[in-house]
Amino acid sequence: MTQLINDTGFVPEDWTHGFCAQGAANDCLALDLPSDADPAAIDLAEGLQMIRIDFPSSADGRGFTIARALRLRGFTGRLRAHGAVIADQYAMARRAGFDEVEVTDEIAARQPADQWLARANWQENDYQSRLRG
Amino acid sequence: MPKPFTPKVITANALLEGDVIYMSATGWTRDLARADILTDEADADLRLIEAAAQTDKVVGVYLADIKDENGVPTPVHFREDFRARGPSNYAHGKQEAGKQEQF
Amino acid sequence: MYHYTDFDGAFLKERNAQFRAQVERRIDGSLTEDEFKPLRLMNGLYLQLHAYMLRVAIPYGTLNGRQMTRLADIADKWDKGYGHFTTRQNIQYNWPELRDVPDMLDALAEVNMHAIQTSGNTIRNVTADHFAGAAADEVADPRPIAELIRQWSTDHPEFQFLPRKFKVAVTGSENDRAVIKAHDIGIQIVARDGVIGYKIIIGGGLGRTPMIGKVLHDFLPQEDLLPYLEAIVSVYNLLGRRDNKYKARIKITVHENGIEDIRARVDERFALIKPLFTGIDQQTLARIEADFAAPDFKTASEAPYHHARQHDPLFRSWSDTNLAKHKAPGYAIVSISIKAHGKTPGDATSYQMRLMASLAKRYGHDELRISHEQNVILPHVHKEDLPAVYAALKAAGLGTANIGLISDIIACPGMDYCALATARSIPIAQDIATRFDELKLEHDVGPLKIKISGCINACGHHHVGHIGILGLDRAGVENYQITLGGDGTQDATIGERAGPGFSADEIIPAVERLVLAYLNLRAEPAETFLQTYTRLGLAPFKSALYPETQTATAA
Repeated sequence: MTQLINDTGFVPEDWTHGFCAQGAANDCLALDLPSDADPAAIDLAEGLQMIRIDFPSSADGRGFTIARALRLRGFTGRLRAHGAVIADQYAMARRAGFDEVEVTDEIAARQPADQWLARANWQENDYQSRLRG
Repeated sequence: MPKPFTPKVITANALLEGDVIYMSATGWTRDLARADILTDEADADLRLIEAAAQTDKVVGVYLADIKDENGVPTPVHFREDFRARGPSNYAHGKQEAGKQEQF
Repeated sequence: MYHYTDFDGAFLKERNAQFRAQVERRIDGSLTEDEFKPLRLMNGLYLQLHAYMLRVAIPYGTLNGRQMTRLADIADKWDKGYGHFTTRQNIQYNWPELRDVPDMLDALAEVNMHAIQTSGNTIRNVTADHFAGAAADEVADPRPIAELIRQWSTDHPEFQFLPRKFKVAVTGSENDRAVIKAHDIGIQIVARDGVIGYKIIIGGGLGRTPMIGKVLHDFLPQEDLLPYLEAIVSVYNLLGRRDNKYKARIKITVHENGIEDIRARVDERFALIKPLFTGIDQQTLARIEADFAAPDFKTASEAPYHHARQHDPLFRSWSDTNLAKHKAPGYAIVSISIKAHGKTPGDATSYQMRLMASLAKRYGHDELRISHEQNVILPHVHKEDLPAVYAALKAAGLGTANIGLISDIIACPGMDYCALATARSIPIAQDIATRFDELKLEHDVGPLKIKISGCINACGHHHVGHIGILGLDRAGVENYQITLGGDGTQDATIGERAGPGFSADEIIPAVERLVLAYLNLRAEPAETFLQTYTRLGLAPFKSALYPETQTATAA
C-alpha cells in the first residue's frame, strides 16, 4: 500500500480512475511514467488529468527534471511523485512542479507526517525563484 | 573447487565517532588485536548479518581478511593495516594515547 | 567581498536546522544509512577511513580574515588543530564526530560560510582563478558570476540527485589558472568589441577517463548565463548514464552523444527556460559586482622592497618565486606556500591560519584566497609591506620559497585519510620534497609541477602534472605510475603514461632520475621541464626511468 502526501500532511487517496502506461489509448486520464521517460516525447492530450512519475530510488533525481520539463511544456494537470521519495526531498519535488508525493507504507512508517510537514514551507528560502523573478 | 575460507574479522566504522571498529567476543572494539577471528564461513556470514543489523551503532560492516598470528589477528592487505593503525603523517586516531579501549 | 543578504543568512540557518534534524533522524532510525548518506554528503560530510571528514566550501576560494580565523577556531574546538586545503579550494577537517557537525556548521554560518554541496551528486562548490580581482592579465573578475552560480546552484531542486558530481570553474583570464578545461563546465569571461560574454566549455574531467573539455558556446551573452547553465545540467540529468558510475560524468555523455547532439538538446531546453528568467538575476549580478569592487589601493614607496631584495638573499629568493604581477601599481600578489619541505601538502595549523588572517587584515585589504594548488594567497599586498609579511610568514614556517617549483606538490589525502584511495600520496609528496631539498636543486630545476593522486579518481590532478604520479594497488602492494607532459593551463594536455609503475621505495629515485635527465637534456637553463618534454617527447625520459630495460635492449 501507499501513502499520499501534500502540503497538509498525510491525506487519503482520492484518485479513483487508475493509471495507464505510456502508449495506451488516447482517452487515458492518468499516465504512469518510468524514471527514464523522455518528457519531450509525452503526448499531452487534452483529457490527460494526471501524470505520475516513478522514483525507483531516492538517489535517482531524473523525476525532478522530468516534472519540470512537463511543466515547461505547459502541462497544468496533477503531477505526482511516486515511489522511493523521502521527506527531505519534499521541497525539491514541490519546487520542481509536483503537486504531491505518493510513498510506500514502509517509508511513511519510518518518516511520519511531521517530517514531511517540516518541509511544507517549500516556497521559503528558495534561491532559484529569487533569481528567476 | 570452491576457494578455501581464509580467516576474517568483522569490521565497520562507528556511527557517532567514525572510528574503525572490530567485533570481539564481548562486542565492538577499536583494537584489531582484540577482534574475534572467524574461521568458519557459515558462522562468519551469520555474525556479519547480526553485526550489520546494528544500524544504530555502526556503518559499512564487512568481513576483512586477516592472518592468525598466534591468536592475534594481523592485516593481510595494506589498507586494513592503515585502518588498524591510523594515518602515516601524524600520530592521530588510534595512535593517540588512550584510544585503544573497548568501544 | 560578497556581503551576505538577509536571505542568505536565513537560508543557511534553515539549512543547518534541517541538517541537525537529519543527524538526529539518522540516529533515531527515521533515516536509513542509504537515505542519510546523500543528505550528509550534500552537506559536506563524508565517512572516511578513520573518521568522518567535513569538507567546508570556500566559494571561489575567497575569504576574509575573520572567516580564516573562524576556520582556525573550528580546527581547535572540534578537530585536531589543523585543516587541509584541497584542490577544489575547500578546507577539510579530518576528525569531526557526527554529533558535533551541526555545531560546526552553525559556527561557520556565523561568518557566512557553509559546507553545502561540497560533496554528493550535485553541483559542487564553484571554483575560480585564485588571482581573481588582482591579476594583471584578466578581462574581468570572475567572482561575481561565480557567486551568482553559487546562489543558483544552491539547493537547486532539479539537481540534487544528478547521475554524478558536477564541477564548475570560472576564469576571467586567457591564462587559465583554474583548470577550466578539466571541469564538467568551464567558463571563461571574454570580451568581444568591448562587450563581455562567456565561452562555455563542457565535458572536461580527469578521473578514470581523462578528457579535455569542448567548446559548447563561444560567446554566450551575459544575460543568458543562468538559463543556459540550467539547460545544460537539465539535459545531463536525463541523458547522463546511471548504470555505471564510471561512465556517469558529463564528459562521457558528451563523448557518447557528440557535442553537436548535446548542443541541439541544450538549445531546445534553453528556449523553454529562458523566458522564465525575467532579468532579476542580472540586477542581482550588478549588486554582487558592486560587492567585489577593488579595494582602495594605496600609494607608497617601494624602497623597503628593493632594499630587502638587495640585502636579504632569502627574501630575494622568496620574492622571485612567491610573488605574481598585480594589476595595481606598487602591489604584488603573494602566494603563501603551504608546502614546507617534508610537511603534508595543504595542511595548515590553527596558529598558521590565525597568522595569515592577521597579515591579511594588516597588510592585505582583509582578503585571502585558497588556490587549487593547495596554497594560500594574499591577493593585494603593497610592495612596501612585503619584507614585514615575509618575516612574519617565515617565523611561522610559512616562508618556503617554492611556488611553482618541484616541492610545490599537489597531493590528494590518499590512503592516509580517504576511503576511496588505493595507495598513499602524502608520504610520497613529503619524501620528494625532502629529497630535492637535500639535493639543493629545485631552484636550478625551475618550474616543475608534480601532482599526485592516490587513486584513479585523480583528485590530485596527476593527468595534468608535468610529472603525474598515480598510486594504485597492484596485488596488495602500493604501486606508483608516472605520467609525463601533462599541462593544466590554457594549453591543457593529458600526460602520457611513461611505463610500468614503481613501488613506494622506487618512486622517489625514479623521479630523481627524471629530473636529472631533464637537467642534462634541456637546451638552456631557461627551457622548462615541460618545454624540454614537448621538444623531445617521451623517449629520453623513458630511458632515464627504466635504465635496466635500456641496457637489455642494447645488449
